[in-house]
Amino acid sequence: MYRIVTKKELNPTVTMMEIEAPLVARKAEAGQFIILRVDSEGERIPLTVAGYDRVRGTVKIIFQIVGKTTASLNRLSAGEYIEDFAGPLGVPTELCGLNDVCIVGGGVGCAIALPIAEKLHRMGARVTSVIGFRSRDLVILEDEFRAVSDELHIVTDDGSYGREGNVCLPLREMFSEGRKFDKVITIGPLVMMKFVVAETRPTGIPCDVSMNPIMIDGTGMCGGCRLTLNVDGKRVTKFACVDGPDFNGYEVDFDEAMSRGTMYRDFERHAYEEHCNLFKKQS
Amino acid sequence: MAKPNMSLIKNPMPTESPEVRAHSFSEVAKGYDKDTALDEALRCLGCKNMPCVSGCPVNVRIPDFIAKVKECDFEGAYKIISESSSLPAVCGRVCPQETQCEAKCVRGIKGEPVGIGRLERFVADWHNEHSTEAPTPKEPNGKRVAIVGSGPSGLTCAGDLARLGFEVTVFEALHTAGGVLVYGIPEFRLPKSIVKKEVDNLLSLGVKIETNVIIGKTLTVDELLEDGYDAVFIGSGAGLPSFMGIPGEGLKGVYSANEFLTRTNLMKAYKENPETPIMKGGRVAVVGGGNVAMDAARCALRLGAEKVYIVYRRSMEELPARREEVEHAAEEGIEFRLLSNPKEIIGYENKEDRRDPKNGFVTAIRCVKMELGEPDERGRRRPVEIPDSDFTLEVDTVIMSIGTTPNPLIKSTTEGLEVNSRGGIIVNADGLTSKAAVYAGGDAVTGAATVISAMGAGKTAARAIAESLLK
Repeated sequence: MYRIVTKKELNPTVTMMEIEAPLVARKAEAGQFIILRVDSEGERIPLTVAGYDRVRGTVKIIFQIVGKTTASLNRLSAGEYIEDFAGPLGVPTELCGLNDVCIVGGGVGCAIALPIAEKLHRMGARVTSVIGFRSRDLVILEDEFRAVSDELHIVTDDGSYGREGNVCLPLREMFSEGRKFDKVITIGPLVMMKFVVAETRPTGIPCDVSMNPIMIDGTGMCGGCRLTLNVDGKRVTKFACVDGPDFNGYEVDFDEAMSRGTMYRDFERHAYEEHCNLFKKQS
Repeated sequence: MAKPNMSLIKNPMPTESPEVRAHSFSEVAKGYDKDTALDEALRCLGCKNMPCVSGCPVNVRIPDFIAKVKECDFEGAYKIISESSSLPAVCGRVCPQETQCEAKCVRGIKGEPVGIGRLERFVADWHNEHSTEAPTPKEPNGKRVAIVGSGPSGLTCAGDLARLGFEVTVFEALHTAGGVLVYGIPEFRLPKSIVKKEVDNLLSLGVKIETNVIIGKTLTVDELLEDGYDAVFIGSGAGLPSFMGIPGEGLKGVYSANEFLTRTNLMKAYKENPETPIMKGGRVAVVGGGNVAMDAARCALRLGAEKVYIVYRRSMEELPARREEVEHAAEEGIEFRLLSNPKEIIGYENKEDRRDPKNGFVTAIRCVKMELGEPDERGRRRPVEIPDSDFTLEVDTVIMSIGTTPNPLIKSTTEGLEVNSRGGIIVNADGLTSKAAVYAGGDAVTGAATVISAMGAGKTAARAIAESLLK
């Protein structure tokens, strides 16, 4: 059992928790993920590490309430326990030798992008952050990003905060002004990352993406998290849990990944609705 | 002593009828009762040279335990088996006896061999039902051993060492102990309560089990040694599933057998209202011919599939699965499309409407017929495509069960651990790796094999660890 040390709602649909897991906290690095189960009957879900405190032995997770499992997790309070918490899994984001990086985060993906921006900032790199949200009330971690970014662009789809538009807008402007980066790192919904990759491709700047496919064990056993890369004209199967979750964005078959991500859409919607109805009845 | 039973055939295993079991996850084989066990035991001639024992990877003293069964001393029989096997109730159910102990049985020369596996299962079940005696921890010998993975090799190694007074800790990556016995082999073939009982026995022996610890990530093998463990045994299992590399393997409805079985067994997708989803019903093609393929096919059927095919590129002769599983699968109505090899998985594509929810789901698998050509280096006849013999099976789900490649997590984080060209950890006859005090066994060494060979490896390593640390 793993204790929830703190809990904070970042916006109506996104929650941050610090979980006591000393062994995980000792090893966790930006870009890695953990697998948790809320209770003994629950499913295993992967969540990216949003921070860690090696001294206190805690790991920070930030999750969006999108289905039954995340809703159950969100019903727990500080001081309560979750059943399982295993990690850190995946390969840490490779940041060595980077001096000038553009971080592009979308929605709850910003929670995963933040520790990378923080680490780059600590390393002394110049950090340009572009963060996008659907609307003003969904904006998260603005102050945290501001603290570690040399340049910060905020956009919302509806223009209710920052500039109106998606994350490609500031990116396109910077590229057209001839801005160069050592690397663009993007984390967010698949469709957003696909467009960021397309936007960046003509510049020749390396572009890494963080994939978050459906997983079960997360340790290199089940193969559910596989995705296809196009490497030098060949199609190669890779596993996000052990080979990723970061990949060269120019190689990822996004259309396949987006399609596979919807495999259980009906099941998930149904489970979530049932869960919500259950709690409506109780309260 | 009663007269030997000279019947040429084994006492048949009572099984649930195919019609009932095709829809149920309850155990298929019901096990012998006392009288049947006695009658079967009397078929054993008690050969002095004991050929059966040489066929057993852990050398259970088979004629001796059967002699106890003949005397109706079932607890005595259990004691003899458990000297050699840490998991008797598991082995009695999942060992391929027909190619091991029973293949060497003298009675098999004319007629059927003695039902050794069925007797082993009877004895283990009798013990689990009647014995109240829990094993107790042995006097500590002051040495500590870490075991990586709680599958059959790890549990065996842990059990053998704990019985010698070692302080043993097992590290398991998943949330439940048992490895493939829990996530892979389905309930109807190996009830999870049996696995739990075997794990509980180890706990009462004083073995500690740490779940949610991924060696190679949470901790490394080197850290275990630095933490003061005197030896480490790696039994981390087979690893990542292989795919064929044919078009369509990224479609929705394509699973690896590992994923399909893990969802069904470990995550209990077979129960009503599971939290972990799985595609149920419809038509299913399982590609491959091993035990894992049979398990996946039979799970699919029980989850409500209307039709299940096994697609295998060789013939029935070469099918590597345990004979009893193949027979059970066929009785349950699973259709074997032998000498067939997939070329492409076809998906639904509505070009008019890209938002059609059916887009991207599997609709069919296109295969080609094969014939057996010249034998390969291992003596197996190589399957060769017959030109222009393509055919299509309409299916909703495809389950790839064509083997695995070793998990890279431990190899990539352990200094000085050598692996072979296929990624398997290299060990000597004692199970010792290229790294001092680090042993390995099971699928992590051999690639996908059987539960009992993994147990044999765990046993060998336990013996070597004891010899090296207690000298």
